[in-house]
Amino acid sequence: MHKLMIPIQGDFVAPRFDLATEVLIARYEDGSLLGEPKTIIMERPSDEELCHMIIEEHITAMVCNGIEELHYNFLVWKKINVLDGIIGDWQTVLEKTLNGTLQQGAVFYPDKKETSSYKTQ
Amino acid sequence: MFTPDIKSLLEGVPSPAMVLDDMLRIVDMNRLMEAMSGHVIDEVRGIHGELVLRSNVGNNRDRLFKAVLETGEPVASEGDILNCYRRKIPVHCYISPLANRKNNRRGLFVVTELVQLDEVKKDPTNKIFSLNEIIGYSPKMQQVFDKIPLISQTDASALITGETGTGKDKIAEIIHNHSPRSRFPFIKINCGALPLGLLESELFGHTKGAFTGATRNKAGMFKLADRGTLFLTEIGDMPLPLQVKLLSVLDDRQFFPIGGEQSISVDVRIIAATHRSLQEQVKKKKFREDLFYRLNVLYVHLPPLREREVDIRYLADHFLEKFTAALRSNIVGFTSEAMDSLLSYSYPGNVREMSNIVEYAVNMCKEKKVGLEHLPGYIFEPIPEAPAESHISDDENFYEQPQQDTTAQPSPSMVLSEQKQESWNDIERQMIIDTLKEYGGSRKKVASHLRWTRMKLWRKMKKYGLLA
Repeated sequence: MHKLMIPIQGDFVAPRFDLATEVLIARYEDGSLLGEPKTIIMERPSDEELCHMIIEEHITAMVCNGIEELHYNFLVWKKINVLDGIIGDWQTVLEKTLNGTLQQGAVFYPDKKETSSYKTQ
Repeated sequence: MFTPDIKSLLEGVPSPAMVLDDMLRIVDMNRLMEAMSGHVIDEVRGIHGELVLRSNVGNNRDRLFKAVLETGEPVASEGDILNCYRRKIPVHCYISPLANRKNNRRGLFVVTELVQLDEVKKDPTNKIFSLNEIIGYSPKMQQVFDKIPLISQTDASALITGETGTGKDKIAEIIHNHSPRSRFPFIKINCGALPLGLLESELFGHTKGAFTGATRNKAGMFKLADRGTLFLTEIGDMPLPLQVKLLSVLDDRQFFPIGGEQSISVDVRIIAATHRSLQEQVKKKKFREDLFYRLNVLYVHLPPLREREVDIRYLADHFLEKFTAALRSNIVGFTSEAMDSLLSYSYPGNVREMSNIVEYAVNMCKEKKVGLEHLPGYIFEPIPEAPAESHISDDENFYEQPQQDTTAQPSPSMVLSEQKQESWNDIERQMIIDTLKEYGGSRKKVASHLRWTRMKLWRKMKKYGLLA
């Protein structure tokens, strides 16, 4: 069983790990989700707290867009599989992660619907 | 009516800049923005600007962009961006609206300026080298400083030589910052740190599918440094096959990315640095003679610290001030004996080593003045063979660390306790090991005991090579 975390912002993977206030956590095995993914809203953005949460939640894989070298190295050292530089909507990213085709630095172009969902809340 | 092309307009902007449409998607960006963000335009055209820029300039969920679009008022903001190489870069961000001929706001013009560069130019003390921490009052350093303005104003390749720790990187940065290319990127690459294939890809970039794992186009450092300066450090360690390609770029000002069919033209100034003697490398057939002459147009040699006796006192005071401020210590100076020891030491590691010695002393000293007992013990031990002159000799072991001569008998006044002869790093490393033993290897408990975060403990363990 794998446990995936994606820092998100609206429908998209959050631009920055250190500024994310919302994370999506999904459990999966053999390419299928185990239950509904859950989202956690954080009180405030904090890279250290996010790192702490990743350890506490026993996350095995993390997909994000921008992340500082320091945090990246820390998570890799904690044996977490980190794919960064991912630009796109989190649903596509989640699907690609489940079927094992997501690659570092992947860019997914939004269609019109997805474009309009990246809005000020 | 004349309608300017957006791309050529953007290339005329001397800062990273991009144009967004009314949906805040990227329409185009200049090469400087490509260099700063780490993305080429073909890869991110049509993507939301904020997803690529990754700034913290009050633009969470496009707030700032939308405000400019709605009000039509340009906005300036300060913050940082996070590029795809995981580097945080401080920037000033200027966002202004773009209107069509009917005066409808249809997009944004985003310009970012690197903060560091601004600060260098606004240096109020007008000591042009002070910000970069190059201190030198000795005649040899004055000769170096005299050369910098001349070297800065030309486009010719420059070669900087000097022992390890003499400040070759800082001099290269100063040359760039005082050159007409200063508003363009300064990109540093260590030619000795990467294997041949990876170094070639880093320098010249590759196209998608060029080799296994090349899943997308990648712009190389040469392209990213366009109109700026490419600093090739440890050039003496560059593999021979790459030297041929570098020579060809220097001659033709164009190159082919790995797997690419179209040549890319670039306007890049090369500054190279090495701690080796390139002439000796040429003799040993480890460095191409033609490339040596191509790089050695302008030459700067940085003297080792032992040949800059005048500067040792200034540097010691400078580092003392720096570390006492950082550690909030009340130390006011050195005792005369400690200063004499510092003045008589030969500094094989040069300025970097002196900085470490003073940092150690500031950490150890709980008194008003740094005394002999606060200095690391090894500086009192004789160094068997100090390099004689400042000319660059060839060998890797030329700048050997001082040998620990166990047979040498230090004079009685220099006999220090065993514990104090250890470096600060040794003490901290041992402290971590002891605490790990005490708590049966539980990093969580160790971090808690030392009152560090787990991240800090990890950083320290990584630094001291304590990770499995």
